Amino acid sequence: MSELRKISRREFMKRTGQAGGGLVFALSFASACQPEEQAVGPAAKASASVAPNVYVNMRNDGIVEIYCHRSEMGQGIRTSLPQVIADELEADWDKIKVIQAIGHEKYGDQNTDGSTSIRQHFDLLRNAGATARDMMIAAAASVWGVPAEECVAREHAVHHEASGQSAGFGDLVDTAIGMPQPEKADFKDRKDYRYIGKPMDTIDGMAFTTGGAMYGTDTVLPNMLYASIERCPAFGGKVVSFDDTAARAVAGVTDVIRMPDPTAPLVFNVLGGVAVLADNTWSAESGRKALQIEWDQGANAEHQSDTYKEALVASASAPGTTVLNRGDADIATDSEFEAVYYAPYLSQAPMEPPAATARVNEDGTCEVWACTQDPQTARDVVAGTLGLEKEQVTINVTLLGGGFGRKSKPDFIAEAAWLARETGRPVKVTWTREDDIRHGYLHSVSAQYFKAGMDADGKTASWLQRTSFPSIASTFAPGVTGPAGFELDLGLLDSPWHVPNMRIETCDAVAHARIGWLRSVCNVFHAFGACSFVDELAHVKGMDPKDHLLEIIGPARKIDPKDDGGEYTNYAQDLEKHPVDTGRLAAVAEKVAEMAGWGRELPEGRGLGIAVHRSFLSYTGAVAEVSVDENGKLVVHEMWTCIDAGTVVNPDRVVSQMEGAGIFGMSIALHGELTARNGAIVEGNFDAYPVVRMSEAPEAIHCHIMESDAPPGGVGEPGVPPVAPAIVNAYFAASGKRIRELPLRNAGLT
Amino acid sequence: MAIEFELNGETVSLEVDPAMPLLWAIRDIAGLTGTKYGCGKALCGSCVVHINGQPMRSCVTPAATAAGSVVTTIEGLSADGSHPVQVAWRELNVAQCGYCQSGQIMSAVALLERSPNPSDDEIDAAMSGNICRCGTYTRIRKAIHKVAEDQS
Ligand code: FES
Ligand code: FES
Repeated sequence: MSELRKISRREFMKRTGQAGGGLVFALSFASACQPEEQAVGPAAKASASVAPNVYVNMRNDGIVEIYCHRSEMGQGIRTSLPQVIADELEADWDKIKVIQAIGHEKYGDQNTDGSTSIRQHFDLLRNAGATARDMMIAAAASVWGVPAEECVAREHAVHHEASGQSAGFGDLVDTAIGMPQPEKADFKDRKDYRYIGKPMDTIDGMAFTTGGAMYGTDTVLPNMLYASIERCPAFGGKVVSFDDTAARAVAGVTDVIRMPDPTAPLVFNVLGGVAVLADNTWSAESGRKALQIEWDQGANAEHQSDTYKEALVASASAPGTTVLNRGDADIATDSEFEAVYYAPYLSQAPMEPPAATARVNEDGTCEVWACTQDPQTARDVVAGTLGLEKEQVTINVTLLGGGFGRKSKPDFIAEAAWLARETGRPVKVTWTREDDIRHGYLHSVSAQYFKAGMDADGKTASWLQRTSFPSIASTFAPGVTGPAGFELDLGLLDSPWHVPNMRIETCDAVAHARIGWLRSVCNVFHAFGACSFVDELAHVKGMDPKDHLLEIIGPARKIDPKDDGGEYTNYAQDLEKHPVDTGRLAAVAEKVAEMAGWGRELPEGRGLGIAVHRSFLSYTGAVAEVSVDENGKLVVHEMWTCIDAGTVVNPDRVVSQMEGAGIFGMSIALHGELTARNGAIVEGNFDAYPVVRMSEAPEAIHCHIMESDAPPGGVGEPGVPPVAPAIVNAYFAASGKRIRELPLRNAGLT
Repeated sequence: MAIEFELNGETVSLEVDPAMPLLWAIRDIAGLTGTKYGCGKALCGSCVVHINGQPMRSCVTPAATAAGSVVTTIEGLSADGSHPVQVAWRELNVAQCGYCQSGQIMSAVALLERSPNPSDDEIDAAMSGNICRCGTYTRIRKAIHKVAEDQS
């Protein structure tokens, strides 16, 4: 045995505050909690550098620092963002260093949400690389006294072919300092891409496999307190009184503090409750368990999932507000078919629960380390909570142990900041899994009604669709009574079906929980409803589901929902550049069916199901092969997926997102359900809120990426929506039974 | 009270309440943050460490249990990330967010030590206590098979 190290809490804290030496492990991690320094790349010694723009810093030792201004949560942006910049810059991959940017408006939009990192930033990132390249070329041209047009950048250097001169980027930095920053530069030709479109390895691979990756839960600051907060079971309730005698008696507990009461609309404000602070996580949690709190459960104390479900179904079954109208959906037809679909509340449940660490400095400024998807909003919220100017707040972005939408809401960061000021010490707030599942921003519960009319030759002549769900907008504004605004974009108004008479209506649903977004948001239930119903129609008509799907998608055409009165915003993108193209959707359907060997003989009790959907400007399809045994156990054997996301930067990360979406979608189909009882969420951990495990994972999840030079679409979210309906449709094919409510486990199938 | 054990090859003495879960003793007291919290109830496997070579969920293992034993965390698996399981994980780019992967790797190492060439069923049985919310399961299976192949 080697030398004995005595580690007490006090000693650990003392050592983490030192600059060097000491305890082997504590120090390396303490220093790594500065995410600006959570950099991947070669260590180097530069005496000077030049920044052609906010994303690139060229150092005179030849290292190129690339600032990743988007949050890494598993989608691989810390790899693909540098791929784009380095490609245009003509930088060598082994000479780049990736630095996680703080939250600051100088970077533009940092909200890592809506699958926007590549689709909305591709040209911006290319320009960042290309202008840096042009700056290096200008520096070389001035040194050599030759026209810049005669110089080219290649392999981390500038070359002048005519004179045979070359200079490495690092050697040009001193000259480039003070030179004008080019604002625009020409982009490379697609055929010359060096990194874009290539499956580059994950840049954080070493950190991920050695325990060195620093997440929001991992920050350690000198003199830090650990906080655990008990919040009101019912959403919006308040503390009436509490007794903290027993809590304070727990060893390690230093303080018990009542949080500010929640105020409506909640937005990203703290949820109230009582915080227990201690010198380690376990003492904080133990102290919290010893609290005696009397609650005023507030206005939502009667909220019950069972009665709410009835109300939603009733709402969707009656006329609502027309949001899209084409022809006359009430036209008389030969036959009619109708169905209602229901999907419950869900929790994002990222593997890492929300966690943030904050320190309020002597000058009143506040510094935060947090797993946030949206550091600029976090900055505004912390400033608002503490009454500071945003310039007085610094948000360092750690890695995110999954996000799925939860971590774009910085309420947990506001909690840490508020407690840091109250206690005068740095505070880390870590949500327990139960906190995460019970007190999050829930994915909406929904009911949808569909009615189709068929003409004499079996074609769908009319389509009526109603959707009812509590709106995300209710979290942000009072008086919201149903689906609103951008939610109608999410798989509703851009309905791709080739039906001459169509009406879409929204129906009221008053929120009784804090509603937020989850990976692909309303597309989850809209695709579940629409793709299930289309599959049902195939069986009503006696058609093969894939043939029917292609028939109802109809001829290749570009849809503009505005033509039918739909206020469609196309994920904030121009319809010219990113049309709703049914030809691309049909191509994905054909491809994914072909991959799965659609039409092949299957043993008794097995079936294939197909679904396709457009979301976040990308087209995705899924086919699932399922079987059901005599005990009702449903197995998803294999899954085939296809995505047309236009131009893709890192095909391996696209495939991994589709694999992940397959599992995420399976969890939604099979297991996911939160239940409200007396205003409180019943489920609390992975026992009552199961997610798919290894034993349930299909043998393989195949993914094909369509070749396309269209502008990039989203990748992180679009894989999810077709999965649940593909599984439900496959279950029908296998069993002849139609399930119209998620999750399938409620039908005794898992 | 001081609890003494060997942590990643080094003898440590942690002054903690013996009932404190080993997870928090390792993370908050010893300062090794590679071992993760995911559920605190033995449901997710994020916190798996090896105690005397056995994979254990440190969130439900009292620190006192570790007294006198050999504890290995992800940081102690190799000095430089060169354990074959770590290498295979990187070669197949298994990780998405990476948060669950310390636990996944520790469970996979224990499985491969017990069964150097596991079948899919064995993998499913040994790894089903480890949740990956990002859904990296199919790559984890492949990576485990790859280690088995490379070693044989
Ligand atoms: S944290 Fe220990 S099993 Fe989940
Ligand atoms: S990689 Fe994110 S939870 Fe497994």
